[in-house]
Amino acid sequence: MRPLGRASDPAPSRLSYRIQRWLLTPGVRLFLRAGVPFAVVFGLVSAYMADEDRRDGFNLAIDGIVRSVQERPEFMVNMMAIDGAGRSVSQDIREVVPLDFPISSFDLDLAAIRDTVVGLDPVKDASVRIRPGGVLEVDVTERVPFLVWRTRDGIELLDETGAHVSFLEARSDRPDLPLIAGDGAELHVQQAMAVLAAAEPLRDRVRGLVRVGQRRWDLVLDRDQKILLPEDNPVQALERVLTLSDAYEMLERDVAQVDMRLGQRPTLRMSQAALESWWQIKQLTTGGQ
Amino acid sequence: MMADLYQAQRAMRQMRKQALQRGVVAILDVGSSKTACLVLRFDGSTPSGEDGEIGSLAGQSGFRVVGAATTRSRGVQFGEITAMQETERAIRTAVQAAQKMANVRVDHVIASFSGARPRSYGLDAQIETNGQTVSEQDIARVLAACEVPEYGAGREVLHAQPVNFALDHRSGLSDPRGQIGQSLTVDMHMLTVEAAAIQNLVHCVKRCDLELAGIASSAYVAGISAMVEDEQELGAACVDMGGGSTGVSIFMKKHMIYADSVRMGGDHVTGDISMGLGVPMATAERIKTFYGGVHATGIDDRDMIEIGGETGDWELDRRTVSRAELIGIMRPRVEEILEEVRARLDAAGFEYLPSQQIVLTGGASQIPGLDLLASRILGQQVRLGRPLRVHGLPQAVTGPAFASAVGLALFAAHPQDEWWDFEMPVDSYPARSLRRAVRWFRENW
Repeated sequence: MRPLGRASDPAPSRLSYRIQRWLLTPGVRLFLRAGVPFAVVFGLVSAYMADEDRRDGFNLAIDGIVRSVQERPEFMVNMMAIDGAGRSVSQDIREVVPLDFPISSFDLDLAAIRDTVVGLDPVKDASVRIRPGGVLEVDVTERVPFLVWRTRDGIELLDETGAHVSFLEARSDRPDLPLIAGDGAELHVQQAMAVLAAAEPLRDRVRGLVRVGQRRWDLVLDRDQKILLPEDNPVQALERVLTLSDAYEMLERDVAQVDMRLGQRPTLRMSQAALESWWQIKQLTTGGQ
Repeated sequence: MMADLYQAQRAMRQMRKQALQRGVVAILDVGSSKTACLVLRFDGSTPSGEDGEIGSLAGQSGFRVVGAATTRSRGVQFGEITAMQETERAIRTAVQAAQKMANVRVDHVIASFSGARPRSYGLDAQIETNGQTVSEQDIARVLAACEVPEYGAGREVLHAQPVNFALDHRSGLSDPRGQIGQSLTVDMHMLTVEAAAIQNLVHCVKRCDLELAGIASSAYVAGISAMVEDEQELGAACVDMGGGSTGVSIFMKKHMIYADSVRMGGDHVTGDISMGLGVPMATAERIKTFYGGVHATGIDDRDMIEIGGETGDWELDRRTVSRAELIGIMRPRVEEILEEVRARLDAAGFEYLPSQQIVLTGGASQIPGLDLLASRILGQQVRLGRPLRVHGLPQAVTGPAFASAVGLALFAAHPQDEWWDFEMPVDSYPARSLRRAVRWFRENW
């Protein structure tokens, strides 16, 4: 059967032929190309990481690399510069933002710092950024106190929106600011400001504004005089009073109250002494009739 | 008996559809001197036609050769398998190398072989159509009505292709479906080969863990790839000069109408040289390919060829032969082959065709000067054909020796309608067929 002197046979054996075909089967190829490397890598990594010490060492090494990048001098913040705040406010800011300089800028949460700073009462707005050169710059817009508000608890300063600025020891600390009082006064600071602006001619005599019943204002003058302003349009009512006062020198006289609550019927109350003297005069002129 | 044929061929066609769906199919040309394997990848980008059942598996035309390999075949003589083990090893070698190149596993293979004494039959039949228009059923009926000749025991039908339809008095219809007429006539070409050759091939392919998805005659597929379109249309003969056998196929109107093979080829020329010069076959093959020719000129007398040897005898190992002597050995054998081809063409009535074009292809057609010799024997209109350039074909397999491999690839992509692509007519089903009951049910309800 087999001829003499056969040449070498290039044909693959049945086994190698079958193995090659099996290896070319799509599923097997996928398994060999993706499954086996994945399994090997996964196995090696899990075997290595099975030890607690190695895991910690690995984490430490990663951490060290991260830190070495983060703590490069380019990324370090060395100081905090606070602009636009007074001494006490910047003191407060440094208190509420406790940072150990130098600190890496990766560790700074600027949004949180800004929220903290804005959370301070005297701060109206703030912007926080890192300036080149490693300076954490906090630009603060302070609340400007416009009013002094006297409550049962103490004396506060309010800004133009009615927001609390700070507490005062005594009214005399800020004699330049007008005084308001009464519950709910801080909610109508704008109106109070308007009224006070309208009361500019009486500036020397104005003691303050009182919020009555949480709905309307009383303008309190010295000599225990009061101007009761209506709920609506208090400024116009005050202007009417001022006009009358200009014409008849009403407020110079011995008047206790000017009641403007009803617009159609402004009412005056005289002081007790004036009333008595008026009675006397009337008795004299009418002869006690 | 026809039902068996239907079953076997339809099973193969089914397999081919599967392969095309999977997108990868191997082409195997089992020749006498070489076994070639191409791996085709079908992209299947174009959608299939409306009649997916029959037809040329439309839409699966776009393919690309992704792997190609050739190996020497040892167990094939005259285009027939003579040593199963050797052929199996050759197929394994070729398939493995092609798979490796393509980097994909192939399970389906379409094979061709050249020998096995093909014999052509022309069949015809006529029926009356029952309806107004010709339906699919009518075509099935007319195909079934063909009188199958007694082609002998131990032979198998390899191709049975309807070549021509005629409706009433109009002939030359390629597709009569939907046309109106009374009597439908079909001309069919049937090619039978020896069953043993097919069985051997099937067995070899199966031993390689592959599924056979189609078989074709290599004379037919060589004609598909080597002839240009107008030659196929107007009528031409393709002579595929292989190693062990020379295939002859005649095409007309893009259908094969005749095929035959001559049991001689390039190996016989090599054998003559080997015997005439007293050298081993391998040396003879080398001398033939380097110095061979069929026309001797004056200078060939002085062109001395070292034929060598390895005996150690100085006299014997330093032999030389003139090129004229070599040509003197080769020419009679080539002439004999061509004479034989001439005889086959004459027997087929080739001279009555309107066009007398002859295309020479195959490995042995590369002998220098063959076209001059062939035109002297076969007629004036002879040209040398190379296979069509298909997508992705490596340079090494573009030579004429690969005409049948490339043709088989084209055949896999565009199979012609065969008899078994049409539904079997109702009345020729076996009585107990379930499908008949289903069909009856569908038609009556």
